Amino acid sequence: MIVRIMGEGQFELPDDVMERLNELDDALEAALEDPQGFTPALQALLDSVRAAGRRLGDDELIESEVILPAAESSAAEVRAMLTDEGLIPD
Amino acid sequence: MEGKTGMGLWQRFTMIFKSKANKALDRAEDPRETLDYSYEKQLDLLQKVRRGVADVATSRKRLELQIGQLDQQSAKLESQAKAALAGGREDLAREALTRRSGLTVQLNDLHTQLATLQDQEEKLTQASQRLQAKVDAFRTKKETIKATYSAAEAQTKINEAFSGISEELGDVGLAIQRAEDKTQAMQARAGAIDELVASGALEDATGTSKDSITAELERMASVSEVEDTLAAMKAELSGGTSPSAVEAPATPAVEPGPAAAPEPKPDQT
Repeated sequence: MIVRIMGEGQFELPDDVMERLNELDDALEAALEDPQGFTPALQALLDSVRAAGRRLGDDELIESEVILPAAESSAAEVRAMLTDEGLIPD
Repeated sequence: MEGKTGMGLWQRFTMIFKSKANKALDRAEDPRETLDYSYEKQLDLLQKVRRGVADVATSRKRLELQIGQLDQQSAKLESQAKAALAGGREDLAREALTRRSGLTVQLNDLHTQLATLQDQEEKLTQASQRLQAKVDAFRTKKETIKATYSAAEAQTKINEAFSGISEELGDVGLAIQRAEDKTQAMQARAGAIDELVASGALEDATGTSKDSITAELERMASVSEVEDTLAAMKAELSGGTSPSAVEAPATPAVEPGPAAAPEPKPDQT
């Protein structure tokens, strides 16, 4: 399973970590409305991906199954991406 | 992610990202033409990323320059405070130190901004390298596809290459946008600080006139210099070059007001 952390690159993860990552994802979603809790929840998720994953080479052209927000994203930025048009500049 | 009911945050995030990223690359009628067309767009974006890196570097250098200027002003105020204190003018020393602490606040702020810009520059540089590697890989794949497959057969291969690159393009596009937002905000502020430095208004942070400390210190210095010179001249005129006469009056700079004015010299002529 290939996961991209935005601004950072892609990681290949074994399928058996998905359960744990899903839990962290739930925690992140719950923290979306919580300015204090969001950053730690995002860091926990990204750290797990980095720790469990193998970094893909820059020259590998593979589509990711999962795309995660960049480490420095704020809850507001992620909310904006989930709702409005601003994700990809034209 | 199959094991989950409902849609978690990242599923939504991924879906939205991909639907937008796929729009970033237009497609032509013949899929193999699309490859060339897309490759051109990738090169364009690569140029844009490089310009982005250069812009951030420019902003960073400007910020470093401003930090250097404010550091100098801060050091100047500190030495002025010392000079004022040595001259017995604690009020003046206090004034200089107050202004200096105003600069310190500015400096701390600029250092924070500098760290942000350095971070942006590093990230964009890495993004630029990643995109370069991906674009190169795409070019290789493109040539292989064009050489090996018929238009009909090529579609699947093209889709794979496309998805891989469009993700990177979308990601990098966002990184540039983010960096542009940050540098634009900083350039506006940097311009304001340049103006402040140029007008001397930063030195004026406490509301007193720009160079009052310098002026006062210069006045104190010139008063004592006059005294010193006078003493030296007197010593010379009175024949002997006795060194004690030169050193003795070196102190009256403390109260410059009335002491300096009356200096008629009735002794000669």
